[in-house]
Amino acid sequence: MTGAGQLSIADVTCSRGGRVLFEALNLTLIPGQAALVSGPNGSGKSSLLRLIAGLITPLRGHVQCEGEIALADESHALDPLSPLKKALTFWADIDSAPPERVDHALSAMAITHLADVPVRMLSTGQRKRATLARVIASGADIWLLDEPANGLDTASVALLVAAMSAHRALGGIIIVTSHQSLDVQDALLINLGAM
Amino acid sequence: MKAFLALISRDFRLTLKQGGAILPVVFFLLVATLYPFAVGPDGATLTRTGGGVLWVAALLAALLPVDRLIAPDVESGVMDQYVLRGISEEVIVLAKLAAHWLSFGPALIIATIPAAALLRIDYDTLLRLTLGLLVGTPGLAALGLMVSAITAGLRGAGALAGLLMLPLAVPLLIFGAGSLARDGSSAILLLGACSLLLCALTPFVAGAAIRALRD
Repeated sequence: MTGAGQLSIADVTCSRGGRVLFEALNLTLIPGQAALVSGPNGSGKSSLLRLIAGLITPLRGHVQCEGEIALADESHALDPLSPLKKALTFWADIDSAPPERVDHALSAMAITHLADVPVRMLSTGQRKRATLARVIASGADIWLLDEPANGLDTASVALLVAAMSAHRALGGIIIVTSHQSLDVQDALLINLGAM
Repeated sequence: MKAFLALISRDFRLTLKQGGAILPVVFFLLVATLYPFAVGPDGATLTRTGGGVLWVAALLAALLPVDRLIAPDVESGVMDQYVLRGISEEVIVLAKLAAHWLSFGPALIIATIPAAALLRIDYDTLLRLTLGLLVGTPGLAALGLMVSAITAGLRGAGALAGLLMLPLAVPLLIFGAGSLARDGSSAILLLGACSLLLCALTPFVAGAAIRALRD
């Protein structure tokens, strides 16, 4: 991570399947900042993250990102048959991350003891933690977290909050969507439902 | 480049782990075993028709893994993660093409030796068959990958893939079987041309199909 990531969204309108989800959204984040996106189901929270990630294109406006992006959404993107650590190492290798970063990510999400367990044997909550570990190990500047607290127990939510603060302390940027309350300090609040 | 090799190795190992490499070979040998039962044990008939049958078997064997080439990675979010890391769809498909061919091409070529024995194919024909498969299987792999990307995300993709792929494979079959004739050198060149064309087109066609899936 360089700590020099930057993200700006200018006048972005997102439309999916011919329906406009949100219009004229503006957002600028500098290192250390976080945004908490809220809104009812179908208000375009996930679409906003996919838009920032460059996976879909906005109807109008533009998104400018500097720095690497890591995305954690409902799909874990880990090979079901591989042991957890090996599955995480595959992505860490592509990201040219040193191996110890995977160990750090496993311990940050308290899943070190599951390192040799195949991904398909993990529970929903454990899989969610593994997804977050993938993001932590990536070393990306910008984290896009889609409902990261879904399926997590209280202790794991605390780990998530701690990992997010640590990332911001190093100059990282986070955009997190959540329909439940998540303790993100000094976050910019974006309510898509109110637009 | 490092990511490209990592992708090939991941896909190749995944196919081996899921048994995707053994299935086409078993199918291929099964056809070679069943064919003499159907047409009778007459050696001359088997020798004359065996090579062509093995080409049809190879074609159908290449069709078997088609529903698992692209769709699982799209569903599990792996494709999104690749794109997020700046790996283009074309490069992803090229890596998948290499891994897919490695997982069934060489095994199929080795399997022609026992299959040739079962069908009483003579040594010269076996050599031409092996050479033909070496040239033609990359084309079959490319075609399978292309069809797999186009049908990913559709219901009943497996059956549809067969309907889409088999007509497109006709040139490979014609030139492949044609190359078995004693003066089949021009057929093998045309087979190579078809194979190259498919390998060159597939990254772009399948890449566009994968991109379209995201919208």
